[in-house]
Amino acid sequence: MGSHTKSRFKRAIPGLDSGTPPMTDLPVLKPVFQGSRETWTWPTIAGVPRLAVPAWMVGLALIAFALSIGAAQAQAGAAAITFWTAFPQWLPFIMEGFVLNLLISFFAMLLGTVMGLGLGLAQVSTLDPLRRFAWLVTQFFRNSPWLVLLFCFMLLLPFRVKIGGSEIDIPGWTKATFALSLPIMANIAEIVRGAVLSIPIGQWESAESLAFSRRQTMWMIILPQCFKRMIPPWMNWYAILTMATPLCSILEVQEMMKSTREALNALGDKPELVAPFYTFVLVVFFVYIYPIARWTIHLERKFAVKN
Amino acid sequence: MNETPKNGLWTPDQPMVSIKDVHKSFGPLEVLKGISFDVMKGEVICIIGPSGSGKSTLIRCINALNDIQKGSIKVEGIEVNDPDLDKLELRKKVGMVFQQYNLFPHKTALENVMMAPIHVLKQDKADVEQRAYRLIKKVRLEGKETSYPGELSGGQQQRVAIARSLAMNPDVMLFDEVTAALDPETVKEVLVTIQELAEDGMTCILVTHEMGFARELANHIYFTDRGVIVEHGPPASFFAEAKDPRTQEFLSQIL
Repeated sequence: MGSHTKSRFKRAIPGLDSGTPPMTDLPVLKPVFQGSRETWTWPTIAGVPRLAVPAWMVGLALIAFALSIGAAQAQAGAAAITFWTAFPQWLPFIMEGFVLNLLISFFAMLLGTVMGLGLGLAQVSTLDPLRRFAWLVTQFFRNSPWLVLLFCFMLLLPFRVKIGGSEIDIPGWTKATFALSLPIMANIAEIVRGAVLSIPIGQWESAESLAFSRRQTMWMIILPQCFKRMIPPWMNWYAILTMATPLCSILEVQEMMKSTREALNALGDKPELVAPFYTFVLVVFFVYIYPIARWTIHLERKFAVKN
Repeated sequence: MNETPKNGLWTPDQPMVSIKDVHKSFGPLEVLKGISFDVMKGEVICIIGPSGSGKSTLIRCINALNDIQKGSIKVEGIEVNDPDLDKLELRKKVGMVFQQYNLFPHKTALENVMMAPIHVLKQDKADVEQRAYRLIKKVRLEGKETSYPGELSGGQQQRVAIARSLAMNPDVMLFDEVTAALDPETVKEVLVTIQELAEDGMTCILVTHEMGFARELANHIYFTDRGVIVEHGPPASFFAEAKDPRTQEFLSQIL
């Protein structure tokens, strides 16, 4: 494994490697990547992957933020409300909204993962009708626009239920969470199905010849081997889901996007405040999601090398 | 140990494995065209033949990994070709070792050996662990108990696989070309393990290309080609007096 640290090519390539004259004067397309991709690892601190967003990325985001403020101030002139007076005042309100984004993303992911595991296993079931049904459900939710799903479930699900004698309000964000968990469920199901099918048939056969039941084989032998390879795509879907949570704002869920809109509203919808406020929302999402994306890539590489 | 017939049908003087007129097809392709033979308790049977002759399919049928279309396979009186077959009961009696070892890569050598007795036979964990240590020792892998399959050589993995099968206390062991994927240096250590098993009286059915091994250890050799048994006999006569031209050709190529 460690043998190909320097060059990926065993033989010297004429004209490319040092000391070898080219065999032709025609232009040669050089490999795009000449380093040793296989041996590169994400820098770690005490064994933990360094999650810190590279400084220049943060810098870039902050510059964009600053520029938008600058532009806003130039437009505002001597008006009473400036970004610097308004923003700190509304920051807690906006961040409270972000907490709801996080809650929606956590619960939708949790629900989607549990349901997706069931649906994925149903897709590799030996029962023909169950397998077909699971396939249909998966395809349906994988290929539906998330916003449309959100609208449907906000309207389909009741806003109030009666349990016993008392009426309980169902908050909008829980309905949104459920709606968002459905496409996650379908995509997790595909990940589970793919991972299960990627385990060599010999594992099933040896388990079978040791008299394990199908259920035992799945839970004790197949799924534990799938776990690792499912983590990177699973994290990827979490990132996608989190980026989709602002969709809920359209349905009056009090998340970050809606809070920001309301803050701007309260400030009199001043055009010079719109850009910096929304840029701030972007920066917050970026700072949260970018490390997850990097970590996903890191894990993908790590597991790829081990397998 | 397990010699009392479960349903009164089988006694040790009867064949432990009885195969009668077995036909097996994969779609339109008939791979077994009427195979019959018996295996007595304690016998070592080698099945040889060119690739594609149906050897592996045949022994996979014995523990119901493949089903058959016609004929009968009986293991200690249990009819394998029966829609109501209790596969669990059958597989407790029949151990199988594969060409590709098929160890569970997420478990250590010891855990591989312990898993089935604990979870399938529901035996006591401490007892199983003790037995697993003994079995690991028996296949000469002392000190490798906590190694994962990925850390072991092919020959070592195959010996863990043998120990794993033995942990179920089977009455018959099936070996499906167990040395075919191994480096030449490690073939011997696996063959020695099987030899010791045979000498302990284990009933063994091997599909193999190891002619030297077959000659030394087999009680009976069956040569199959294109789904039928072409020739069979004890090693001495089989190797010396092969009559069928197909057998002669095969032996001349392989010896």
